[in-house]
Amino acid sequence: MKTRDWRAAVIALGGILAVTGLAMATLYAPEEKTMGDAQRIFYLHVPSAWIGFLAFGVVFVSSIAYLATRRRAFDLAAAASTEVGVVFTTLAIASGAVWGRYAWGTWWSWDPRLTTTFMLWFIYVVSLMVRAYGGTGNQPSKFAAVLGIVGFLDIPLIHLSVVWWRSLHPLPVVVRPEGFGSGLHPAMLQTLLVNLAAFTLLYVALFSIRRAQMTAMDALVTRRDESYQPAGVDLPAASLEVR
Amino acid sequence: MEANIPNTGSGRVRAIETDRVVKTFGPVRALRGVNLAVESGESLVIFGPNGAGKTTLLKIIATLSRPTSGTLRVFGSDPFADGRLRRTLGVVSHHSYLYGGLTAVENLVFAGRLYGVPDARARADALLATVGLAGRGHDLVRTFSRGMTQRLTIARALMHDPPILLLDEPYTGLDRHAAGMLTALLERLRGFRTVVMTTHSIEQGLALADRMAILVNGILAYQGTDGLHSAQAAERLYLDCVGGNGSIPREAQVPDTA
Amino acid sequence: MTAIRLLVWKDLVLELRTKEILTAMAVFSMLVAVVFGFAFSPSPDDAVRLLPGMLWVTLVFAATMGLSRSFVLEREQECLEGLRLFPIDRSAIYIGKALANLVFLFAVEVLLLPALAAISGVSLLPRLFPLLAVLVLGTIGLVAVGTLFSAMSVHTRIREVLLPVLMLPLAAPVLISGTKAMQGLLAGRLWADVLPGIRILGAFDVIFGVIGYLVFEYVLEE
Repeated sequence: MKTRDWRAAVIALGGILAVTGLAMATLYAPEEKTMGDAQRIFYLHVPSAWIGFLAFGVVFVSSIAYLATRRRAFDLAAAASTEVGVVFTTLAIASGAVWGRYAWGTWWSWDPRLTTTFMLWFIYVVSLMVRAYGGTGNQPSKFAAVLGIVGFLDIPLIHLSVVWWRSLHPLPVVVRPEGFGSGLHPAMLQTLLVNLAAFTLLYVALFSIRRAQMTAMDALVTRRDESYQPAGVDLPAASLEVR
Repeated sequence: MEANIPNTGSGRVRAIETDRVVKTFGPVRALRGVNLAVESGESLVIFGPNGAGKTTLLKIIATLSRPTSGTLRVFGSDPFADGRLRRTLGVVSHHSYLYGGLTAVENLVFAGRLYGVPDARARADALLATVGLAGRGHDLVRTFSRGMTQRLTIARALMHDPPILLLDEPYTGLDRHAAGMLTALLERLRGFRTVVMTTHSIEQGLALADRMAILVNGILAYQGTDGLHSAQAAERLYLDCVGGNGSIPREAQVPDTA
Repeated sequence: MTAIRLLVWKDLVLELRTKEILTAMAVFSMLVAVVFGFAFSPSPDDAVRLLPGMLWVTLVFAATMGLSRSFVLEREQECLEGLRLFPIDRSAIYIGKALANLVFLFAVEVLLLPALAAISGVSLLPRLFPLLAVLVLGTIGLVAVGTLFSAMSVHTRIREVLLPVLMLPLAAPVLISGTKAMQGLLAGRLWADVLPGIRILGAFDVIFGVIGYLVFEYVLEE
């Protein structure tokens, strides 16, 4: 009961912030000079990308914890975060492409950040594949954990190599995303921050709901499976606790 | 290395001891708190239907799989902490562990060297003679028949003269001749080696058992010597544990092999 | 140390008897090189730019093939399980396997590099040693992650598909930096200009060599 209340509060707060963020993005934030209204996708794009990387960080930490302790709870946390991460990374790439269409005049450019995010998306998807088609016993979980660790450490190297690669080539044209941040209009910054907060709460809510679902599914399988009790055997507390 | 490994058959230190061993595969508990003790020199046979967790239990004792909780002791120490204890274990599983592209002698010498056997070559020749493969030592294992491969598998497991032998369904796929040879070999080792064998053939199991255990659905439902005097008694005991008609009330089977 | 030597010896003997892996990798990489030649039919100027990319793409695919084969061999009779029973440090299995795979891949490169140079008409000789340094560093990286991932993928139901899908995104730093560094060298740039790429390759080798060594045992456990 208590966890559900806590989750409901997060969802409610996240919902309010999301609506506020949307209103601010469309009504409050000023129009950007070069790109016009198309720039407003920025308030969706940046938070999505942030969640994509945040989720990957959670996968990394959970994966290490799982390999070190072999506790099922960490494996489920990594699985839940991977699923949520895929959704937001997809959103980030799609909105990035739209952004690119207006900023650079092309749907896709080998911008280091976009490329790195794209590779991140690949690693997430492969991780889902490993979980779906993995081997026997706990191997799918172990493999996904290894991938969670290797992938996380690989991301900075991918980013560095793309940066180095692009530095030998001229960048596409027009506006570079580097222009933002420092030169951001205060109203733009406020809108971005509200949206970042909304997305973060949304991530926390989705992540914990998905994790709770997975834990419940585990408990169901365990209960169905352990209906058998041989006569005269003392079971050491065969409860429903899930490891 | 040998310092902490007592002589076989001394009966002082327990060869194998598991304490509340639990193994979960995802949500499925393949072992649900197994307490097993095997004395030095004892032959224990574990019966159980498919999917009961026999292979899982044996793999844990072989340190191929880690228990989710609970502890394993081999000659009083934790083999997961000290990998050298694996030298005391000889394993015969469903698979031969042999390389088809190496000859019989090469396979044995390879295993012997990695186990730290001093004169691996001489030991390999002697074992090949024991299992009746003396003339085939320089043939590639790929050319061997099923029975010959199984005999070589047993020779490989004995290369380092392990005080403990773990046998997982060793009779599976053997013809009458090879099965007879295996029984004779195990008879000879009886009392000198600690043997843990899993099988679902009550007859073959009883021939070698000092004590029997019945594993059902991840629980050690019986341990003792009551059923050893006759096949009927063992059968009755087995059915009592498994539940009447021999079926187990379990829908999701644990992947027991591989 | 003895253990690693024995493990490598075993892989080399098995391979030299059948020559399965080497033949498959060599024939495959030659074919890819020729197909690239047809597909791009590069002019001498283009060739300098294209050759490094052709080389690395071919190598990644050849490595994927060879790596996957080397673990299928172990899987047939669950020999990996047999290796894990030996009273040796289980990480030695990773080192042994990686070293054997490194030997196979180097052998393929000895063939592939001159072949590609001949097909594209680019002379590698003036910058041979810097180019070889890049090649060696990149190959070590491919083998470091590849050995880990093929040990994983061979246990899954989609092994032939999974390994390339794992390798390509994760080996991206090797592909990108290796290609770029070689392009720079062939275009006559100074060693200092390609140093960032060399550093990335070196970091990749160290990080994933260590990670592979540390997590290999967990990968094999059920």
